[in-house]
Amino acid sequence: MENQELIPHLFRTEYRKITAVLSKTFGLAHIEIAQDIASDTFLQASEMWGIKGAPDNPVAWLYTVARNKTLDYLRRDKLFKEKITGQVVRDSPVGDELEIDLSTQNITDSQLQMMFAICHPSLPVESQIGLALNVLCGFGISEIAGAFLTNKETINKRLYRAREKLRTEDVKMEFPGETDIESRLDAVLRTLYLLFNEGFYSAGKDVTLRKDVCIEAMWLTKMLTENPGTDRPPVNALLALMCFHASRFEARTNPQGETVLYQDQDDSLWDATLICRGEYYLNRASVGQQLSRYHLEAAIGYWHTIKADTPEKWEHILQYYNQLLILEYSPIAALNRTYALAKARSKTEAIREAEKLNLTTNHLYHSLLGELYLGIDEGKALEYFNASLSLAKSKADKRLLMEKIERINEAC
Amino acid sequence: MNDFLFVFRNDPAVMSNMSPEALQNSMQKWMDWIGGIAAQGKLVDRGNRLANEGNVVRPSQVVTDGPYIETKESVGGFIMVRAESLDEATEMAKGCPILSNGGNVEVRPIIRM
Repeated sequence: MENQELIPHLFRTEYRKITAVLSKTFGLAHIEIAQDIASDTFLQASEMWGIKGAPDNPVAWLYTVARNKTLDYLRRDKLFKEKITGQVVRDSPVGDELEIDLSTQNITDSQLQMMFAICHPSLPVESQIGLALNVLCGFGISEIAGAFLTNKETINKRLYRAREKLRTEDVKMEFPGETDIESRLDAVLRTLYLLFNEGFYSAGKDVTLRKDVCIEAMWLTKMLTENPGTDRPPVNALLALMCFHASRFEARTNPQGETVLYQDQDDSLWDATLICRGEYYLNRASVGQQLSRYHLEAAIGYWHTIKADTPEKWEHILQYYNQLLILEYSPIAALNRTYALAKARSKTEAIREAEKLNLTTNHLYHSLLGELYLGIDEGKALEYFNASLSLAKSKADKRLLMEKIERINEAC
Repeated sequence: MNDFLFVFRNDPAVMSNMSPEALQNSMQKWMDWIGGIAAQGKLVDRGNRLANEGNVVRPSQVVTDGPYIETKESVGGFIMVRAESLDEATEMAKGCPILSNGGNVEVRPIIRM
């Protein structure tokens, strides 16, 4: 691997490890210092390796430099050293020297504990996602701003407040106890799910960046499946659902970076390997009694990977949406259920159900009804697509709607 | 918005005499109906089904087995929904698949204590 690829690659995998281990060493209140040292380490790597070439064992090199930078920092900042060594050095075998444990075990543990800390229920969800992108995925401020479609200043403020919150709430880097592991893990899964969706559904133009967000969310979820304490059915179900969705990544965007709707996708572009991985994790999820929303969404995802467009396929999808909605309401699930109803039964039945949904301010509600009226009443379809267009915000949505309206007008 | 309890009553023999296909079919109809309520964001509690057997405790510690000795109608389950009015809740109940099996739905507003 060339340097210009090697460093970004290592940054993705090693930045969070160094940050997690150092945050655990210093205490989470000093996460910023841990992040600074990790960033500095990579800065030095890109300078040195650019001149001398990459060392034989780049990862070991990074860890050594990070350790040295930490010791330097402690030597320079006596006050900080006293503050943290007051708590740490007592247990440390080297006495005066702080021990920085970069063993595989501690790296894994620290990363998992960091996930639990960042997804602490005292933090607003927005902050959790921001921190996850920044600390766990090694995304820079401008990348996060790009993913969230906002500016750097907003993201900077959000991260600042999130780190403040970690301090004031005194969030610790530790594994939750047996009594609250389930609810804490639930919070982690929710954040990873949102993180994935941020990448998958965001209207951001940068396709590579959005794909990276999805891949990182999958990596973090996979990490949870590799740890016996967190390898639970809902975790596997979430990973399965991510794999099924991600299998359509190439098919759902055209070369211009515009969204291609499911029914218009070229299914030869669906990624068979990811579909297989999804089936593997869905099988692993199918133990025990618990049927989480991730199980149901993974099952829906699975049926979407079946290419044949039959009423049976949509009947399965419809029944899973029924169960999902009974478990937890969301407008998007309500709309998708209605679409499945049209495919499994008839458009007329779906229209009847759609009209009961009180979602008239949602542009997707109007485009669904427009879709359902196609072939039944083109005039009504046109009305609904126009209503949707007046509510749609993103350029991609507007373009899709305008195409539909144009197609109806041409046919008339 | 108010909460309403739907109480489902039917002859317990109806279900136990159903063929597996008919049972499957009935299950799907129930899921479609409750799914439709949930899709409107109006399902408050998915409730539960009740087993056929049961006891009734009467004054003086008298216990009889089953609430339906003298009647062909027993409570088979319940759900809780949210609606603007009793009329709206009643309209929702009209879609219940139990009605085509000789059963009925009792719609009762819940009074929050």
